[in-house]
Amino acid sequence: MKKIVPWLVCFGTATLFSAQAQTAADVRSLAASCAACHGTNGNAQASMVTLAGMPQQVIVQKMQDYKAGRVPTATIMHQLAKGYTDEEINAMAAYFAAQKK
Amino acid sequence: MQRRHLLQTGSALGVMGWMSGCASSSGQGPKVVVIGAGYAGATAAKYIRMWSDYGIQVTLVEPNPAFVSCPLSNLVLGGSKRMADITSPYDNLVRRHGVKWVQDRATSIDVNKRLVQLAGGSALPYDRLIVSPGVDFMWDSLPGMKQASAQDKVLHAWKGGPQTLALRQQLEALPDGGVFAMSIPLAPYRCPPGPYERACQVASYFSQYKPKSKVLILDANDDVTSKGALFKKAWAERYAGMIEYRPKHQLVDVDAASGTLKFEFNDDLKANVLNVIPPMRAGDIAFKAGLATANQRWCEVDFLTFESKAAPNVHVLGDAIQIAPAMPKSGHMANQHGKTCAAAVVALLTGQSVNAAPVYNNTCYSFVSAKEVVHVSSVHRYDADKKTMLTVPGSGGLSAAANELEGVYAFAWAQNIWADTLA
Repeated sequence: MKKIVPWLVCFGTATLFSAQAQTAADVRSLAASCAACHGTNGNAQASMVTLAGMPQQVIVQKMQDYKAGRVPTATIMHQLAKGYTDEEINAMAAYFAAQKK
Repeated sequence: MQRRHLLQTGSALGVMGWMSGCASSSGQGPKVVVIGAGYAGATAAKYIRMWSDYGIQVTLVEPNPAFVSCPLSNLVLGGSKRMADITSPYDNLVRRHGVKWVQDRATSIDVNKRLVQLAGGSALPYDRLIVSPGVDFMWDSLPGMKQASAQDKVLHAWKGGPQTLALRQQLEALPDGGVFAMSIPLAPYRCPPGPYERACQVASYFSQYKPKSKVLILDANDDVTSKGALFKKAWAERYAGMIEYRPKHQLVDVDAASGTLKFEFNDDLKANVLNVIPPMRAGDIAFKAGLATANQRWCEVDFLTFESKAAPNVHVLGDAIQIAPAMPKSGHMANQHGKTCAAAVVALLTGQSVNAAPVYNNTCYSFVSAKEVVHVSSVHRYDADKKTMLTVPGSGGLSAAANELEGVYAFAWAQNIWADTLA
């Protein structure tokens, strides 16, 4: 998760709300699909990015950058990000932002 | 009966409140029994406790004293890791999450009485049962391997554990100039790229210590089943002249005494060390309980809940299931099964709705040397029409080439998934 500074200014009016159809439990399950690499509730072990407590818009923007192929150092996240909808990314990001580090 | 009545009629909130109130006392709250504490079962046990606010009782039946990872176990064969590096305790599931660990083996399941019989003599009642036994081997397809003495000599090393170390010792005893021959069964089998990674790891060891030795891959499949181009490049460039790949070699028997592999169409083959990865099916307990309804090998499940299609209130996870299209039998996928099932079991036992649209991913790293890695990834989404998990078009993919950065990530993946599963 390097180079997060330049695109912070780009963040503006993007909707950052969970999709209405998803319950809190469904979002929690969705976010849990990240935990094998990023730790339970986003609290990672060494050498992996901790998502817990990271601002929602930071996670959303990073995921959108991965999805759009704008992260030249990506190894795997550009492939995984493409499998999630924008609504799912927004909801997962909100979930991780709310987790305790 | 009173409890069941309450579960069916009480509001979700009321039930959760009631459960939370009983969380610290024993003998109260719905009972879940989990058979097998691998990547799927241990994850399910932990997440059911967490996601029920510690209201659902979870008993985990696992005879092994500690968790030994299958992923990374090929590095023990290559010599860059030791057994201790791939072994984790079960203590945190007990201490942190209040999972009751019974160190025993499940011998049978009575799906009508909802009881799990244990080898030690006692029986465990359940409201919902999770069966995550991994795989067992179809020795009937290799008559010469049915004897215990043959199985002691010709190893599979396809379950992280004593055979991993024993195969390493066979490699250490192999003379320089000797041949290591590995047989791969027809897909599906546990860990599709695992055999090809193993070939790399054995060759990595040979190239350092026994450079005249050879690695012979006898594959029943028509071609390499996973990461084919990446593995073939590693074999050609890093291990030129050392690894030989022979597809379409269907093993039909083994003469353990003379160290001979026998094939359906090809000539017999002798080698100093034989490594037979046998055809496999759902673990014995699932097989015996009649859950393996797909070709008498794998257990069919509802992908929203992982509930067995053969028995109500019984869920099956991990390598034992009849997979969805393009869903690998991997540790990472088993961890994802565990969480999807945990959410469903909590919902079902507390009167809430089950997630109608699960989405999860697979990430699989293979070491082509002690440090360099290639990956394959995929994202899987529930298809309501087809009632199965399908890969999301345009997602997933492979490494461009083997690289050390992903080697660092692969070790980080291991640390994180072990913690997510066990701590």
